[in-house]
Amino acid sequence: MQNIIDVQGLKKEFKSFSSRSGLKGAFRDLFTRNYTIKTAVDDISFTIKKGEMVGYIGENGAGKSTSIKMLTGILTPTDGKIVVNGMNPHKEREKFVKTIGVVFGQRSQLWWDIAVQESFRLLKKIYNVPDQQYEEHMKDVIETLDIGPLLDKPVRKLSLGQRMRCELAAALIHNPPLLFLDEPTIGLDVLVKLKIREFLKRINEKYGTTILLTTHDLSDIEALCERVVMLDEGKIIYDGPLKELRENWAEGKQIQFQFSEEATLEELQHLTQEHLVVWEKGESDLVWVASVEAEETVISGVIGKVTAAKKIADLKILEISTEEIIRNIYVEGAVRHG
Amino acid sequence: MGKYIEMIRIRFLMMLAYRTNYYSGILIYSINIGAYYFLWSAIYGGKENIQGLSITQMTTYIAVAWMARAFYFNNIDREIAMEIKEGKVAVEMVRPYPYLNMKMMQGLGEGIFRLLFFSVPGMIIVALVFPIELSTNASTWLFFFLSITFSFIINTQINLLAGIATFFLFNNDGLIRAKRVVIDLFSGLILPLSFYPMWAQNVMSYLPFQGISYIPSMIFTEGFKGSQIYEALLNQAIWSLLLIIPVYGLWILAKRQLVVQGG
Ligand SMILES: Nc1ncnc2c1ncn2[C@@H]1O[C@H](COP(=O)(O)OP(=O)(O)OP(=O)(O)O)[C@@H](O)[C@H]1O
Ligand SMILES: [Mg+2]
Repeated sequence: MQNIIDVQGLKKEFKSFSSRSGLKGAFRDLFTRNYTIKTAVDDISFTIKKGEMVGYIGENGAGKSTSIKMLTGILTPTDGKIVVNGMNPHKEREKFVKTIGVVFGQRSQLWWDIAVQESFRLLKKIYNVPDQQYEEHMKDVIETLDIGPLLDKPVRKLSLGQRMRCELAAALIHNPPLLFLDEPTIGLDVLVKLKIREFLKRINEKYGTTILLTTHDLSDIEALCERVVMLDEGKIIYDGPLKELRENWAEGKQIQFQFSEEATLEELQHLTQEHLVVWEKGESDLVWVASVEAEETVISGVIGKVTAAKKIADLKILEISTEEIIRNIYVEGAVRHG
Repeated sequence: MGKYIEMIRIRFLMMLAYRTNYYSGILIYSINIGAYYFLWSAIYGGKENIQGLSITQMTTYIAVAWMARAFYFNNIDREIAMEIKEGKVAVEMVRPYPYLNMKMMQGLGEGIFRLLFFSVPGMIIVALVFPIELSTNASTWLFFFLSITFSFIINTQINLLAGIATFFLFNNDGLIRAKRVVIDLFSGLILPLSFYPMWAQNVMSYLPFQGISYIPSMIFTEGFKGSQIYEALLNQAIWSLLLIIPVYGLWILAKRQLVVQGG
């Protein structure tokens, strides 16, 4: 399989100038200015293969958007090598951008004052899409994203969710083999999110579109991406399957008991003293959660002991959510490798 | 080519959506022209002509200078500055077209709109009220339209330069405002350049500004005759080509140090 994206030792530094105080300072600023260097992306390397859907995650300010701007040819890297779709994005900008689609969730690429379909028409001309291909492809896109009724409205009159669906359609007018999405689901309701996810899956299956997306909503990643690249302070701290990340981090399981009679901590601890269990009280006096190792003997042992001694109304085994795992990683700032 | 025509069309549509804004503009321009007319009537007193221009030619000059301004004038300097400041330039950079050419086409869409919805009706109104002489000579009209096309090119290139300067200065509102005053003054919009002192005329003959307003207006009022017309058009053509150099030079530098604001 060929590499669609190949990044080696990529680095981006920003110079930010600071002003000295006072008149004398302002005068000195005219000649020499103080600046600090901020390394937003610090020597990262990775490759992405055709047809992959990769989640690019990290805390605020980790350097995700900066990386995407370099990958799409908007910013020049300070150092490093980028080959995307076999080209250097910055050097061959005009030819290169015809082969990608980009959505910035925080920024509209449609023309504000004109109807959505006028924007589409202009983009069709800009990307030189033949009529027949446009008809075929866009009919499908418009149907799947359910934006037919919005087409004759000016963009400024659309809601965020409506606009975002149109943005996505606009980024796909030329049916690019590679799609960059920077926070495409920011601020959207659950239904619109689901629709967008379904749509992305569909184009990935139908056209083999490669997708790199950043998001702070991990359920997006869980729904779409098998692989995640995690960034922290400009460095890649994890690159691999989402499943493995979960397995290495979510070592424990939680068992939630809802008793029909009152239970105390001492009582429960006494019942399960053979095993390593951490008991915590849940939402009410009757609900208790036992955190245990993810091992069958332990789980069944604990459940057996507790149910033998006390009446229960409900029982749940919970997995630790990805959300929690990622939070733990962000807090610790490093990834343990299994 | 298709994309450029489409862009002109889109900009035209956008302007059309806000056309009511322009009705007041016609009024303001007409008042301006009226004020200059009365001012010049007073200056001329009983004199037949000053600096080779009769009072009717002078009125025509003022009227056509303002109406031509509606065509060549555009706000793309401000637009570029805004797109840079708000980080919108990021979106422009992921589009497969030369940014500057596209900006120029947007300016052209705006210009064509104003020519049709502003200059033409404005000129008709002004011609009804003031003694204006419209040439019946087809070649004069032809030269005039060629000349205002150059005006548009020169003025837009200067606007591009001012806009791109935002990459380096970041806040260049002052520069853009100063540029506007310089153009209104040195282009001959307010006063035909032949009225300036000799030394100032000399200096201005080395600057591109006269190609923006003085030349087309002089052609229209038939203040230029014979070979003067060709020389003037040649001057405009040379500046149109010459200005490409600093525009692209600055643009290449700007792209290299482009920073995009916001996440
Ligand atoms: N133009 C700039 N000048 C100076 N510093 C910048 C600039 N753009 C970004 N940075 C810095 O680079 C770092 C990475 O920013 P970036 O926008 O890539 O983060 P991000 O991962 O996209 O965060 P978020 O999740 O909040 O969108 C931040 O610390 C930011 O302050
Ligand atoms: Mg970001």
